[in-house]
Amino acid sequence: MAFNTDKNLYTVIFAAMMVVVVGSLLAFMASSLESRIKENERFEKQQNILYAMGVNENVDKGGVEFVPTDIVEGEFEKYIVDQLVIKGDSILEDNEAYLIDMKRQLARISKGETPRLPLFVGEKDGEQLYIIPMYGKGLWDAIWGFIALDKNMVVQGVFFDHKGETPGLGANINQRYFMDDFTGETIMQDTRYAGISVAKGNNDPLNERKDDNKVDALAGATITGDGVSAMIKQSVDLYKDYLDGIREN
Amino acid sequence: MALLTKKDANLIIDPLTDNNPITIQVLGICSALAITAELKASVVMAIAVIFVMGVGNVVISLMRNIIPAKIKIIVQLIVVATLVIVVDQVLKAFAYELSKTLSVFVGLIITNCIIMGRFEAFALGNGLWRSFLDGIGNALGYGVILVIVGFIRELLGSGTLFGYPVLGDPIAKTGLYATGYENNGFMIIPPAALIVVGIIIWVQRTQNPALVEEG
Repeated sequence: MAFNTDKNLYTVIFAAMMVVVVGSLLAFMASSLESRIKENERFEKQQNILYAMGVNENVDKGGVEFVPTDIVEGEFEKYIVDQLVIKGDSILEDNEAYLIDMKRQLARISKGETPRLPLFVGEKDGEQLYIIPMYGKGLWDAIWGFIALDKNMVVQGVFFDHKGETPGLGANINQRYFMDDFTGETIMQDTRYAGISVAKGNNDPLNERKDDNKVDALAGATITGDGVSAMIKQSVDLYKDYLDGIREN
Repeated sequence: MALLTKKDANLIIDPLTDNNPITIQVLGICSALAITAELKASVVMAIAVIFVMGVGNVVISLMRNIIPAKIKIIVQLIVVATLVIVVDQVLKAFAYELSKTLSVFVGLIITNCIIMGRFEAFALGNGLWRSFLDGIGNALGYGVILVIVGFIRELLGSGTLFGYPVLGDPIAKTGLYATGYENNGFMIIPPAALIVVGIIIWVQRTQNPALVEEG
C-alpha cells in the first residue's frame, strides 16, 4: 500500500512515531549501559587522583600512563588513607568522597549555600599528601583536575583534563610535558596562597625556577592556560582553612 | 560473480579521488580545519564518520519511501544524532579511553555537511547496498584528506606523529632540532589547515586538469 506522505496527518504521525522509536532506543541504550559507564567513570576518578599523587605507570619519557583499570580499586584503597568531606567548619570521613561532583559544589557556593568539599589524604613513600579536586573553565568548556600537595605546600603532582579544549592547543593541558612542570612548584608566596600561574614569556621553558609560582604556558592556548591558573587559585582558596591547619612552612 | 560491479566500485573509488567531498565538493571543511592539528584526532574522526555515514545512509535508504518531504531534513538530523549518541554510549561503556578522545568531535559529526549531503543526494533515491557503499566511499574520501592534513600539521607543527616525537626533542635540541630546525607554530592553528587543503586541491587539479572548472 502506497502512503500519501504529503498529508499533514501523516507527517504528524510519522514525527510522533519517530520520537517514540528514537526515544525508546536511546533510553534502552542508556539504561542498559548505565552501570558499565558509571563503573568506568568511577575507575577514571580513582586513576586521576592516584595519578596526581604520583601513583601511575609513567616511564621516563613518554605519555600519561594511569594505573591499569583492573587494579585501580585495590591501588586506591592502598594509597588513599583518608577521604574527607569539608562542610563549613566540620570535617567528616566519607568513603565515597571521590564521587562528589565539584561542579555542583561550586554552584552551591554561587547560590550562597555551604558546599561539600572532598579532600583526599594519600600516603606514598612514607609521606602524607593532600589531594585537592579542582574544577574551572577553559576556552570552550569545563576543565578539571587534582593537585597533590605535601605539608610544605609544595606540589607533588597534578592531573588536568578538559571537556572540549582545542586539539593540539588547549587540549594539551592533559599532556605529560605540561603537567610535569607543576611538580616542585610551591603554591605559597610568603604566607599567601598564590596558587600557580600558567605564564607566557617567563623565560623559563625548562621550568627550573620552582619558587616563582609560574609554569611555562602552552603556545596558542592563552585562555585555557589562564583558566588553569584561575582554577588552581580558586581551588586552593576553597581549602585554605584546612591547609592552614596542616601547613608546616 | 564479483562482489562489486564496476558501477558499485565507483561509489567507493570516486569520492577517494575525482569526486572527493573535501577537495572537489568543498564540503566538511569546518571539521577538517578544526580537528586536524593532531593525527590521532583525524583518524578517530574519520573512523567515526565512516560508521555514522555507512549506517546512516542505510537507515535513510530504508526509510526513503515513507519519510514525509516536509520534515525530511529533521528526520535526517535525528538519524545522524541518534547514531552519534549510540556510538558515544557504546564507546563509553566498552572503550572508555577512546570515547574521551571522540567526545570532543561528536558535535562536529552531527554538523558535518557531507553526511547530510549524501543522505539528501543519494540515500533518499537509492537502494540499501548502493547507499551503504556511497556512505562508506564518501566517508573514506573525507577521512583520507583528514589524515593527510593531520599528518602534515602534526609533523610540522609539533614534530610528532600520534603524539610520539619523530623529529627529536625540541627542548633538549636533539635530532633535527640540533640543526636549528624549529616547530612551525602556525601549523597547529586552524588557518594552516586551510592552506594545506588548498595545496592538496592545487596538486590534485594539476595532476588532473579535467577537474579545473572553466572560468
